[in-house]
Formats: sequence, structure tokens, C-alpha cells
Amino acid sequence: MPNLNDVFETINMIREECLDIRTITMGISLFDCASEDPNRLCNRVYDKIMTRARNLVEVGNEIEKTYGIPIINKRVSVTPVSLLAGNLNRDDAVRLAQTLDRAAHELGINFIGGYGALVQKGFSAGARVLIDAIPEALSSTQCVCSSVNVASTKAGINMDAVAEMGRIIKQTARLTAGQGSIGCAKLVVFANVPEDNPFMAGAFHGMGEPETVINVGVSGPGVVASAIRRAGVCNLTELAETIKQTAFKITRVGQLVAREAANRLNTPFGIVDLSLAPTPAIGDSVAYILESMGLEKCGCHGTTAALAMLNDAVKKGGVMASSHVGGLSGAFIPVSEDAGMIEAAKCGALTLEKLEAMTAVCSVGLDMIAVPGDTDEAVISGIIADEISIGVVNTKTTAVRLIPAVGKKVGDMVSFGGLLGEAPVMAVNPHSPASFIARGGRIPAPIHSLKN
Amino acid sequence: MKTVITVVGRDSVGIIAKVSSVCATFGVNILDISQTVISEYFTMIMIGDIDNITIPFTRFVDEMAKLGQENSLEIHAMHEDIFNSMHRI
Repeated sequence: MPNLNDVFETINMIREECLDIRTITMGISLFDCASEDPNRLCNRVYDKIMTRARNLVEVGNEIEKTYGIPIINKRVSVTPVSLLAGNLNRDDAVRLAQTLDRAAHELGINFIGGYGALVQKGFSAGARVLIDAIPEALSSTQCVCSSVNVASTKAGINMDAVAEMGRIIKQTARLTAGQGSIGCAKLVVFANVPEDNPFMAGAFHGMGEPETVINVGVSGPGVVASAIRRAGVCNLTELAETIKQTAFKITRVGQLVAREAANRLNTPFGIVDLSLAPTPAIGDSVAYILESMGLEKCGCHGTTAALAMLNDAVKKGGVMASSHVGGLSGAFIPVSEDAGMIEAAKCGALTLEKLEAMTAVCSVGLDMIAVPGDTDEAVISGIIADEISIGVVNTKTTAVRLIPAVGKKVGDMVSFGGLLGEAPVMAVNPHSPASFIARGGRIPAPIHSLKN
Repeated sequence: MKTVITVVGRDSVGIIAKVSSVCATFGVNILDISQTVISEYFTMIMIGDIDNITIPFTRFVDEMAKLGQENSLEIHAMHEDIFNSMHRI
């Protein structure tokens, strides 16, 4: 019989400390949907997604009720659409995004990822068409998420793509200006993108993945923050132990849900993503974890060290709890989605430069950060280039999800609603990198990529 | 397979009887009960065997939640695997 303390510890984590399963994401391969005829391509894509994922939401709801653990999102990720877009024109590529959106609405899922391209070494015809279509695709759909991988440790950095993405982000912001430039919240630029990430907006179904797969992302910043507060006065060695033990427990729930979802959907289990994913809800914040470790405000000196320790302890605790760990697996620091980050950015404790340093030691990167709407596209490309080079040189994933909110200036708030939250517009270094970005070409892969 | 039913709320006469009665109605065999009252607050954990349950388990969860609402108690039925996963290696 489970003991009384264990039972109430679990129930308390769920009800008081916001423990939940952030997402069950079904990956679906679209390779067999390829067609020279755009209409046929759209129909095949729609039919395949509707067939494979038809029970996803229902099964997610059943598991939620059976185990009493909230499962916040059910999502689908697909093969990078650029791989199917070689014969399409821009309008066809937009129509394909609308097809994905229609399928997402029909299924009752909140996001569908994979409207993206991998261009770390250069552009294929399909990648070019797709990237060109991103602004219109994101402004004419609600659930479609897009990601573009512009660099890897093996290939170096495609600076032509970095420059292009600066333009695409600005254009997307303009086309969705009426809704706080929300299109940019569904667009991520990556280095070393993982092919099995269940979290949006960067999820897609990688080339080496099976026909369909179930990946699960857990969440539990509130649980970790509470455990740290309960640990009281102790040194950092002891605190790291506390975080590890908590991460183990959180991840075991993710593993249980992933296994059960895979069984019930008759789909192979892929990975559990160990990321600590915050939400705008009070008590579900990564910034509060860092502050409960002893920082006055997230972003003060010491934040990078605290985050490095947190990120490492989460992985060490989580890795033993799951048979397959993957995706992004680390602490997320999206500004608009984290109540503590929002506060810290508002009061000036957290700056763009500090966030960039923090991304060197945790998962993902400059995430959900609003910048002034008149920020030059070359400056956006410069921010991307900096962040992406951290990933390339340190052999890790980094990403940029910036929102140049049209009509907003430093200090204004931009609201996206729901899990995407709201963000204070942060100051950007006004000096221009335009001539550097305009050079184009590729920054060669770092020497330590030559491992063979 | 087993379920863990937790009941928390102000103590009154017949709480165990009411919960047991719903279990019996739907074929859930009670295996163990651990219960305590601390300053008028009633806390109980009940373990039930659900191998012969007569309705889908998700409906049983709803029935328990409804019983809780009717009696101003917090009653949750959860599959035991979530506790075993989290607390046992």
C-alpha cells in the first residue's frame, strides 16, 4: 500500500504546486504524402494527420482522469514541411499551413508544429519557398508553429539564413500587428535543433523518427521551488540533491503518462523531455526557483550560476527516471510565460544581455522576448547570430523567439493570452551590426566539431 | 489493478460508510483503509481493487468526485500507478 505521506505529497504537488504534464505530442511522418499536385498533397496531409491522431485528445483526457494529473496540451508535430515543398509555390505553401491548421482545429489540439525548414548549410528549393511563406502562413492560421534551423555544430552558421530570418520575423510581426505581433510567438530560429522535441513552437517530427511516435514534456517549476523552500538553510551541495530528487519524481510521472499514452494509441514511445517549463500562473515560475535559491531578483549577478546548477540537477534527477530522455531537456526561461521573469524584466533586474548569458547554461535560448517594434531587422539578425553561435560553439541547442511588437516601445506591455502570457518590451542595443550581417556566407563549423 | 481513494474534509458521521457504499455499488473491493482525525479534520486513504469494476474507471472517478461535492468533502480516486511510479524505484 502506498504510504500516507507519499500519497499526500503527490496530491499536494498536483493541487498546490502546479505539477502537470505540459504536453503529449504525437509525431507523424508526412513523407508518404509527397505529391507533385499541391491539392493532392494537402488532402493527403490532412487525411493522414486526422487518421493517426484521431484519438489523441480523447486518450489524453482519459489518462488525465485515471491518474489525476492534469495534461495541459495535446499536440501534433509533423515532418518539416519544407521537405515536401520542393514543387510548391508560395501560395501553395500557405495553403498547406492552412491545411495543418484545419486538421489541428478538427482534432481539438492547441498547436501543430513542423511548418519549418533545416537550412544550416544552405537552402533547398522547398526550404526557400517555405521560409518565404512563413509570415503569411502564421498570420492566416492559429495553431501552426514554425521553426527554422539555421546552424549546427557540424555545419556552422548559415548567415544568409540568419539575415533572412531577421526579415521574416519583422514581416510576421507586421502581418500580425493587430494581435500584438503574435505570429512571432509561433516562430523559432534554432541552432542544433532536436528532432524529437515535444514543446512548441519548435516541435517537429525528425527525419530519423518512426512513422508515428509519442513524446511527452513534463512541467514542475512550482514543485521544485517548494522543495527548495522546504529545504531551508542548507548549502548548495545539499540543495542540488533536493532538486535531483524532486526532478526524479516529476519525470517518473512523465514516464508513466508517456508509456500509457503510447500503449493506448498503439504508437511507439519516443522520449520524455525533462524540461522545467514555466507558465504565467503564479507559483509555476523558473525565476521563482532561482529566487528561492537566494537571489534577490532573477537577473542579478549569480543568476547564471544558480541556473547552471538547477539545469544540471534537473537532468541528473530526471535521466534515471525515464528509459529515453530527449527533446530540449533543461530549464526554459521564456520571459512572457514566466511570472517571475516578467516581474524581473519590468523592474530592470533582467536584461537581454543577462538572458543571453543564461542561455549558455540552460536549454533553448532567448525565448518569448518582446523588443521594440521599430527594431531594425539587422539588429534582430545580430541577436539571432549571437545566440546561435552560443549553441554552435557549446554543442547545444539554442533558439531565438523574439517579438518585435509593432507600435510598442521599451517598457510597454504586450499581451498574447493563455500560456503565451504577456511580456514587457525590453531594450535592445541600438548600435547596428548591419554591415556584418550583410556579408552573408557561412561561419565555419568550430574545430571541435571534427570528432571522428 | 488498484485505486487509491483519498478523502479529506470536516469529520462527520458515516463518511467511511458512504464511500464504501459507492465502492460496493461499482464492484470496487476495499483492500485497506488508513484513517485519522486531526482537530476535526478527517483524512482517509482507501485502497480498492478495481479488477472487477463494473463501469469505466474514469466514470468511477467522477462518481467519487460527485460524492465529495454532495458531502462537502474532497474525494479523489486515482490509479495507484501514479504513486508507485513517483515514490518507488
